[in-house]
Amino acid sequence: MIQKEKINIIQIEGLSKSFKKQEVIKNLNLTFNENDRIALIGQNGAGKTTLIRCMLGQYNFEGKMEILNMNPRIDRKNILQHIGFVPQMPPPLKLTVRELIYFFEKLTGTDANTFIRLSHEMGLSVEDNFSKPFFKLSGGMKQKLLISFALGRKPRILLLDEPSANLDPQARKILFDHLKDFAPKTLMILSSHRMDEIAGIVNRVIEMDLGVVVLDKNLN
Amino acid sequence: MGLNKFTESSLFQIMNADIRQNLRSKWFWTYSILFGGFVAIMFSTGITESQIIGFVGLSRLMVTFMQVSMVILPIYVLITTVRSIVGDRESNVMEFMLSLPISFTGYFWGKFTAKFLITYIPVFIALLGAAIYGSFTDLDVPWNLFFLYSALLASMIFCFLGISMFISVVAHSQDLAISTAFIIWLVLVAFLDLILMGLMLKLRLDAGMVIGFGMLNPLQVFRTAVLVLFDPELTVMGAASYYILDSVKRELFIFFAIAYPIVLGSLFGLAGNRYFKKNDII
Repeated sequence: MIQKEKINIIQIEGLSKSFKKQEVIKNLNLTFNENDRIALIGQNGAGKTTLIRCMLGQYNFEGKMEILNMNPRIDRKNILQHIGFVPQMPPPLKLTVRELIYFFEKLTGTDANTFIRLSHEMGLSVEDNFSKPFFKLSGGMKQKLLISFALGRKPRILLLDEPSANLDPQARKILFDHLKDFAPKTLMILSSHRMDEIAGIVNRVIEMDLGVVVLDKNLN
Repeated sequence: MGLNKFTESSLFQIMNADIRQNLRSKWFWTYSILFGGFVAIMFSTGITESQIIGFVGLSRLMVTFMQVSMVILPIYVLITTVRSIVGDRESNVMEFMLSLPISFTGYFWGKFTAKFLITYIPVFIALLGAAIYGSFTDLDVPWNLFFLYSALLASMIFCFLGISMFISVVAHSQDLAISTAFIIWLVLVAFLDLILMGLMLKLRLDAGMVIGFGMLNPLQVFRTAVLVLFDPELTVMGAASYYILDSVKRELFIFFAIAYPIVLGSLFGLAGNRYFKKNDII
């Protein structure tokens, strides 16, 4: 049987990141492929968020990282056209929900109706909240909207940093159902404290501790 | 191609979003009402009918308006803008916004442009409102002053925006950014006349050197330029302005007073943008 060659999306070689004198990520070597659904787990301070921020081109780092064969610092804008990101803490934006949706439409080229439809599927009635400033929405509502933005863009890479932290059980179920059925070729990296919750979605687990990978296991 | 059409306008999108967010801030409305209300109060208290040391009518109102602007605008721009980038950093706004296909340069200059417009437009409207109201009430409108003052206000705001954005990018916390901005403002205010003259007398400095110091201070340049179209013998001018106008041609000084703060603001802005691009953003 001929095995299909995996398409490499992210290649990390000898990646280190320090803040002042403290090394937060230590000589990391990882390869992320198309179809990978990764649970990135670890305690606070393990280096998960730092790694995600390196991927987003927000940090300088030592070593090599290539995303879609591009450098995340030099080709940041090009790479980010292919990344959907959900942060752990929703930003306190004063834009209204309507303004934020159109802001995303204009920046990403994705039709606003896609975001609206996804929000509905997540259980958020966008129209009822159109004129509300984003920061005045409840934690769960904010998270649902941000998830809709990330999924609606149909990215090649989906980075989710504790995406279910503010969601009620029903919304969590809807989110994980969505993620389960989400474009199979998308590389998905889910940072989470709760492995039990995401076990059904992921096919690979990477555990970090104090800046190094202590476990990298395929679940298939 | 289609995607680039959208993403290339990231500067405009950030500017647009920042303006909309600023329009919802209490700071902006307090500031706008302050300047608009100030002009209204000056009209209602009959300031245009009084004459003090040669100033009369709308000229008097405009000079007073500019003197108040000189006190309020720099500190307002500094305090509100220094929190801009560092505040976004602390509140996770930047992590989120810069996970979108927005260039660092687009983000920085988009915020810069938004702050400029949101600060300049209210003072310009207040000045324009005074001129329009004056023309309806049979006052002579000093259009030469109006255009000079509009340009000077734009130039000063641009200068302090550049300084503020630089501080905001470099500072590690909002508290540090605000303290730094406040100290800079205090130093610039202190170097108007008072310390300049003290230095000249105490250290027996050459007048040319004092003029040089004075012309490095954007506040001093602004203050002198506000009075440049009047008689340079006026006592309200202050010692440093007197020396400056006595030594430099008026036309040259007007050009300098508009260009220098813009150049200074641009240099700080470019340095801020460079620092922003080269370093960790969070």
